Amino acid sequence: MTMIFGIPLQAFLGQLLIGLINGSFYALLSLGLAVIFGLLRVINFAHGAQYMLGAFAAMLMLDYLGINYWFALILGPIVVGLFGAVIERTMLSRLYKLDPLYGLLFTFGLALTIEGTFRYLYGSSGQPYAVPPQLAGGTNLGFMFLPIYRGWVVVVSLIACIGTWLLIEKTKLGSYLRAATENATLVQVFGVNVPLLLTLTYAIGAGLAAFAGVLAAPVYQVSPLMGSNIIIVVFAVVVVGGMGSIMGAIVTGYMLGIAEGLTKVFYPEASSIVIFVIMAIVLLIRPAGLFGRDA
Amino acid sequence: MRKTILASLMALLASGTAFAQSASDGKVKIGILNDQSGVYADFGGKSSVEAAKMAVEDFGGKVLGVPVEIVDADHQNKPDVASNIARQWYDTQQVDAIMELTTSSVALAVQAVAKEKKKIDIVTGAATTDLTGKACSPYGFHWAYDTHALAVGTGGALVKQGGDTWFFLTADYAFGYSLEQQTGDFVKANNGKIVGSVRHPLSSQDFSSFLLQAQSSGAKVIGLANAGLDTANAIKQAAEFGITAGGQRLAALLFTLAEVHGLGLQAAQGLTLTEGYYWNLDDKSRDFAKKFFARTKKMPNMIHTGTYSAVMQYLKAIQKAGTDETEAVAKALHEMPVDDFFARGGTVAKNGRMIHDMYLLQVKKPAESKEPWDYFNVLATIPGKDAYMDPAKSGCDLVK
Repeated sequence: MTMIFGIPLQAFLGQLLIGLINGSFYALLSLGLAVIFGLLRVINFAHGAQYMLGAFAAMLMLDYLGINYWFALILGPIVVGLFGAVIERTMLSRLYKLDPLYGLLFTFGLALTIEGTFRYLYGSSGQPYAVPPQLAGGTNLGFMFLPIYRGWVVVVSLIACIGTWLLIEKTKLGSYLRAATENATLVQVFGVNVPLLLTLTYAIGAGLAAFAGVLAAPVYQVSPLMGSNIIIVVFAVVVVGGMGSIMGAIVTGYMLGIAEGLTKVFYPEASSIVIFVIMAIVLLIRPAGLFGRDA
Repeated sequence: MRKTILASLMALLASGTAFAQSASDGKVKIGILNDQSGVYADFGGKSSVEAAKMAVEDFGGKVLGVPVEIVDADHQNKPDVASNIARQWYDTQQVDAIMELTTSSVALAVQAVAKEKKKIDIVTGAATTDLTGKACSPYGFHWAYDTHALAVGTGGALVKQGGDTWFFLTADYAFGYSLEQQTGDFVKANNGKIVGSVRHPLSSQDFSSFLLQAQSSGAKVIGLANAGLDTANAIKQAAEFGITAGGQRLAALLFTLAEVHGLGLQAAQGLTLTEGYYWNLDDKSRDFAKKFFARTKKMPNMIHTGTYSAVMQYLKAIQKAGTDETEAVAKALHEMPVDDFFARGGTVAKNGRMIHDMYLLQVKKPAESKEPWDYFNVLATIPGKDAYMDPAKSGCDLVK
């Protein structure tokens, strides 16, 4: 049997693929964070809670309204996006002129409130959400058994990542958004409704988190804790990628997913900290992150 | 006149005895310290606090004529946080005993504090046998279950069914090690083999990587030496990766009614598990469960009922001892048999282990479940003396 670093090639390939799958979630989540930070300069600590809300939205829609996974994949992000828009309009927008710390504290408090409420209502063990029948089962790749659903996650999140990148870098709306970040007053002079653009951005960011949440619902227990478990890692991803860099967030998400996956084979005990070790090293060598521009 | 004098003398005498028999500070205070917001919040959590309050109410709210009070706190699964709360409670809040103590690392830390301060602690939520082994305390008690009982129960059942090669997925702290080691010893003693193990951090979300390693090991049984949300996620993902369909069996070594409820029967069906209590066992257990459900909207598991039983027994011990002074209460707790709907014919060993029967349970198929929370078939009753370690071999220096 071929061996790589002392483990069989098959196991190695399997872990590589697992890393890619987890990386998809990291990429999707850090993408939303990067969009919000890049355009609003808000460190959105409520991102994990919005991810959790997405998963709960899917579950509640199925339980109470009979809405299946496919519609939930579209409706979930819309509902959470609207919720995000309300939060931005009524509360967050008042903090833009203050130190960014206020935005961070506000979103952190918001996250605790949302998670606490859901924990009170649903407990911490979480609830199950079934894999949609069309994507159930798995296929044997020879080196590992790949659940079809996980393959779907990789494909869909890649599409969502590239789509968002294109939206911001290549469309007119995207160019307005970027211009508004550079100089809001000037853009407003041209007749563009900047506050609306900012609300839209926050809603898109929250919607992306919810999208990841719906995708995650069949994989993990739908639990109030699912957001806080993942959010710290996602922040590390954004920092490594370079705060605000959208491409950086996507690429780093996948890279760190793979790095974490491989650590789980070689030294599992370190798997929860490897990402932070990488973060520390990157910050030492390139303080602006791998893809960040030096300020 | 004479009658009046006699009566007042009698009254004086009576009040005198009552005075001599009173609690030290005008009340008895019991602290429930556990995880109320993390991975184990359903396992014990706020519902354990409710169970403790029920015990106090059923006892009458008073012991030796003074009121009994329950206080509670969230230790966040952090031993340092827990020790601080315990010190504060014992030193400045007049707490007489701390109970529940889910999470082994926390229980070990708090028991050490209690021992140093000569105070009572009764552990129902944590599993490690070290609590009644090398870390035992003359004032420490371990009530509901432990890793040895789980190893004998769930481990034993699977070995009997031909599961002779094992791979462990172990939570990376005291509880996981203890559970893995004792189950492993049990498997080896029955001519089984351990082919590998992997340690994962507490509250991992994704187990696919670990499961893949377990899958490629070819072991017949994958032992999940973890608990709470971790176990639920591991089971769910094992099904996803075709592990159970591929013929490997999962041993959820610490899994209770609360987690089965979270996971759902569809995913949990067929699992074998060990608990010290099941609500649908008989009239006595159903009676408590219904009252508990009315207050918490959940059926109790062995942690909740164990906490009720521990509080009740503690109050009885104070009554028997006639004081809430630690030495006397501990002596009474060691001497008194435990007989309630939780433990039938339970006894307390010198090392603080409460020895009682355990139940080997199997999760029903969705079609077999007749009502909400009707989740288990009882496969066997494991007599206390088989389930728990011989105190003489526990390594506790109180047992000579």
